[in-house]
Amino acid sequence: MARVTASVYTSHVPAIGAALDGGKTEEPYWRPLFAGYERSRNWFSDQRPDVVFLVYNDHATAFSLDLVPTFAIGTGTEFEPADEGWGPRPVPKVAGHPELASHIAQSVIQDDFDLTLVNKMPVDHGLTVPLSLMCGQPSAWPCAVIPFAVNVVLYPAPSGRRCFELGRAIRRAIQSYDEPLDVQIWGTGGMSHQLQGPRAGLINQSWDNRFLDRLIDDPSGLSKVPHDEYVREAGSEGIELVMWLIARGAMADAAGGEKPSVIHRFYHVPASNTAVGHLILEEKTP
Amino acid sequence: MALKKPYLDIPGTTIFDADQARRGYWLNQFCMSLMKAENRARFKAAERAYLDEWPMTEAQKQAVLERDLNKAIATGGNIYFLAKIGATDGKSFQRMAASMTGMTETEYRDMMVSGGRSPDGNRVVGEDGTAQEHRQPQGSGEPGWEH
Repeated sequence: MARVTASVYTSHVPAIGAALDGGKTEEPYWRPLFAGYERSRNWFSDQRPDVVFLVYNDHATAFSLDLVPTFAIGTGTEFEPADEGWGPRPVPKVAGHPELASHIAQSVIQDDFDLTLVNKMPVDHGLTVPLSLMCGQPSAWPCAVIPFAVNVVLYPAPSGRRCFELGRAIRRAIQSYDEPLDVQIWGTGGMSHQLQGPRAGLINQSWDNRFLDRLIDDPSGLSKVPHDEYVREAGSEGIELVMWLIARGAMADAAGGEKPSVIHRFYHVPASNTAVGHLILEEKTP
Repeated sequence: MALKKPYLDIPGTTIFDADQARRGYWLNQFCMSLMKAENRARFKAAERAYLDEWPMTEAQKQAVLERDLNKAIATGGNIYFLAKIGATDGKSFQRMAASMTGMTETEYRDMMVSGGRSPDGNRVVGEDGTAQEHRQPQGSGEPGWEH
């Protein structure tokens, strides 16, 4: 049977991708940020998961206002890196896992989460920057990736509670898949940032760190934080953090099992307009 | 009964909700068109003529021509869509963010390197933080950018 082995949480700032692609990782501005992910890359290459279930949001790339799905799962065989207006990032195509993705879709829809199925969509920095941070710059990504896009652009995003419960359903779906696959689930976006209006540039370090504490120790309580607290305290784009609760809900302790181990925790300000947070939680008995 | 909107009293912040999305539909769809290189070229060659192909309001068109993102947001634009305009001009996201604060790019970058904008005084309209209306503009920058 397939199993969930770990969850990874990280911001997905586009400027991080631009710094990597432009060879700027050793510049004084960027060095501390990339240093914070060195351990993560080593851990990831040791782990060698078969599939990463990658929760992210599309930034008006694949989805215009013509179509705004709240939860969209990529069931296709491959996904092209998008041209977001500056040209596509020079990163590999993303290979999907259509069999597991379709299985998860069928399972969680029957579990009352109404997903949109997507066989063709370009994937933007929300998905490719986390892959670059965890895998470096390989000629092909080392595992299959199931893109899972959450609407956080058009208000309201799904509630934290809904995201947490969806994560629990995704765990049940993965565990009912017959093939013995190791699956990681990643939650991306955040942390505090605001990209619009006179309040642009908002950073709230104490709120962010409290969020990380609670994500580790009290995810169910954290999932009850209302939208307007995210916006007020962590900026209008800080609401992306609800996506981290999907990954956290897929850990064993949300299903009555053991608490995961904290493998790595990192926090850095700033990357362009954004506070960068990062956490790796590994299952004790996957 | 009207929907509750508990986010309307946050200073310097416009939440892109269903009402804003309805107002800004064509403005944002125009922005999406700039994802294609051929459309970027046509827009840059004759901005007004390209805008006139879209059923946008005059205020929306002016906001685009002036690269005034605060005006664009007020008329229903969303920052992720509007960012395509800056990308078309070859500007970074940080440059665009600075333009909405009244800071120059350097002033804004310095604020971020110093830890960003504090939430203190910026949580509720009527406090005295830097994002409050009576504190605008925040630096020596102009709205928009050279293009």
